[in-house]
Amino acid sequence: MTDRLSTRFAACKAQGRAALITFVTAGDPDVAATPAILDALVAGGADIIELGMPFTDPMADGPAIELANLRSLGSGTKTKDVFALAADFRTRHPETPLILMGYANPMLVRGSAWFADQCQAAGVDGVICVDIPPEEDAELGPALRAVGVHLVRLATPTTDAARLPTVLNGASGFLYHVAVAGITGKQQAAQANIEMALAKLKAATDLPIAVGFGVRTPEQAAAIGRIADGVVVGSAIVDIIGSHGDAAAPFVQEFVASLSAALATSIRETAA
Amino acid sequence: MTDTVTLPNSLRSQPDDNGHFGAFGGRYVAETLMPLILELEKVYKEAKADPAFDAEFAELLRTYVGRPNPLYYAERLTQALRAKAPAGKGAKIYLKREELNHTGAHKINNCIGQALLARRMGKKKVIAETGAGQHGVATATVAALFGMECKIFMGAKDVERQKPNVFRMKLLGAEVIPVHSGSSTLKDSMNDALRYWVSNVHDTFYIIGTAAGPHPYPELVRDFQSIIGKEARAQMLEAEGRLPDMLIAPVGGGSNAIGLFHPFLDDPEVAMIGVEAAGEGLDKKHAASLAGGVSGILHGNRTYLLQDEDGQITEAHSISAGLDYPGIGPEHSWLHEIGRVKYMPIKDDEALESFQTLSRLEGIIPALESAHAVAAAEQVAPTLDADKIIIVNLSGRGDKDIFTVADALGVEM
Repeated sequence: MTDRLSTRFAACKAQGRAALITFVTAGDPDVAATPAILDALVAGGADIIELGMPFTDPMADGPAIELANLRSLGSGTKTKDVFALAADFRTRHPETPLILMGYANPMLVRGSAWFADQCQAAGVDGVICVDIPPEEDAELGPALRAVGVHLVRLATPTTDAARLPTVLNGASGFLYHVAVAGITGKQQAAQANIEMALAKLKAATDLPIAVGFGVRTPEQAAAIGRIADGVVVGSAIVDIIGSHGDAAAPFVQEFVASLSAALATSIRETAA
Repeated sequence: MTDTVTLPNSLRSQPDDNGHFGAFGGRYVAETLMPLILELEKVYKEAKADPAFDAEFAELLRTYVGRPNPLYYAERLTQALRAKAPAGKGAKIYLKREELNHTGAHKINNCIGQALLARRMGKKKVIAETGAGQHGVATATVAALFGMECKIFMGAKDVERQKPNVFRMKLLGAEVIPVHSGSSTLKDSMNDALRYWVSNVHDTFYIIGTAAGPHPYPELVRDFQSIIGKEARAQMLEAEGRLPDMLIAPVGGGSNAIGLFHPFLDDPEVAMIGVEAAGEGLDKKHAASLAGGVSGILHGNRTYLLQDEDGQITEAHSISAGLDYPGIGPEHSWLHEIGRVKYMPIKDDEALESFQTLSRLEGIIPALESAHAVAAAEQVAPTLDADKIIIVNLSGRGDKDIFTVADALGVEM
């Protein structure tokens, strides 16, 4: 299937580099400030945008993203605002893939069909739902697939060989490798462990594989970029927004540009 | 054609293989936790089939917890209610004395069971969330008993409101970690316990304190707590030669209630009332997930939750810290939807009144959680004939609550 995600991964691959995937929480610090921050991500060289849907109880997230969730909700962000931000982004950036990331309850509170329709209407390319494992796919997967929106699956250090086929069954868009058994923004995985995990994942799927959790610096991004199809950076960007608030966009752009530059010079080990 | 065979339709065979109680329950956790959850399910199935596991559990309940605890006829309470009831009305009230257990509540039953499972899985570290501190104390207790390292996550507000229990946990060798995230209460301590667990899955067992969370927790917590209903059933048959007409139990997550109810679910003549905390009233701040919530997903299960139209979780309120949670165990959501159990809201002030009534009439100071059930019994008993029998689950003792109650009554201690 040719779509924005596969096109973008293919383009990055053709340039011999990994895709830069950046995460921010929608409505952090407020809805008015988000478009400029999203534009800064793109201007800084992000290939794919992960937009977090704020939730009161983000239990897979560390303090940085948890605080971003609370800042967003505290400034009054509603689900309709998240979709409006996504739709506006799609108008400004027709080619840049946009992924919604969040938790099951805000996604499903009005039913999966409603959520899937909203995603499609807003031009959202994929969804990452932290607390819907493959075992509960029926809650969300069928509705998204029916409208051609990818449900991105996660593989973790605890996903062993016996379990991996379960994770891959129904996976689409790309596979998100959570590099550490833990929450976002905390520990950093050892490069050797990431390499070992990616070798196993690559043997099992043709989907592009992105690596996230604990990636905070251009150097780390470059190291992972040599072996993965995509590198996800979240908490480090969210920290910048936490420090600069409404005025964060230029600082975000500068940091993302440093990540992007590091990836561009980091030549991938496995040729196409 | 063969005749259609109608299988006995048991209400006690839930959940299904995927942990669903009707539309509720399930396993809504991060992928990192899934392998451990699946392993726990496997280990629990093996343990259930192992007579040695059951024997050790039963022996610890007998010699360490002090079971069986009595089923006590509360005669003075019964008479006092009859005096105010129409002629011939006023059901006979029995109390199931869970408050006499070691550590003062039903929580220990479950903690012993889960510690045995942790040991079976080779885990030497346990964590738990706690609201009032009862589950924290019970977990710290079994950790001491089994020689396990123990961390208790407790909302910073609750650490402040429940100082005696915090000190008890420390005495028992546990580390108490104050949780400052979110609203700093029970749900946030559960979030932080989950965050810790996902980062330490390799060596840590999470002892969840109520019949909620991802499958298989709701099932195994219920099974461990079912000792309450099994004992009550046998004790009632011995005392009255028949089953009770009604069971009443308080419901936060609902582990003591499901423990009492479950062995009676297939006895249609036994009515059941789960008592939710209505706080300041259902139109104000409360913790009644069934009366005031809708189905949603939080902390690993689909169940009724207090939430807004966007699915954001709203803060619960109850004078009882143990009921101060915006959700409820999934089996209760199912029993509510099929109508097998009726759920009734009781407000803070009603619970406070019954806290004092039971203390004065029976010489038993109930936990504020249990006082909600006593308040419900005080409302329901006078409407039933005098030959009817009610069992109220006195899930915990009230020593921990004397500061809260004194404060609410404006008494200086």
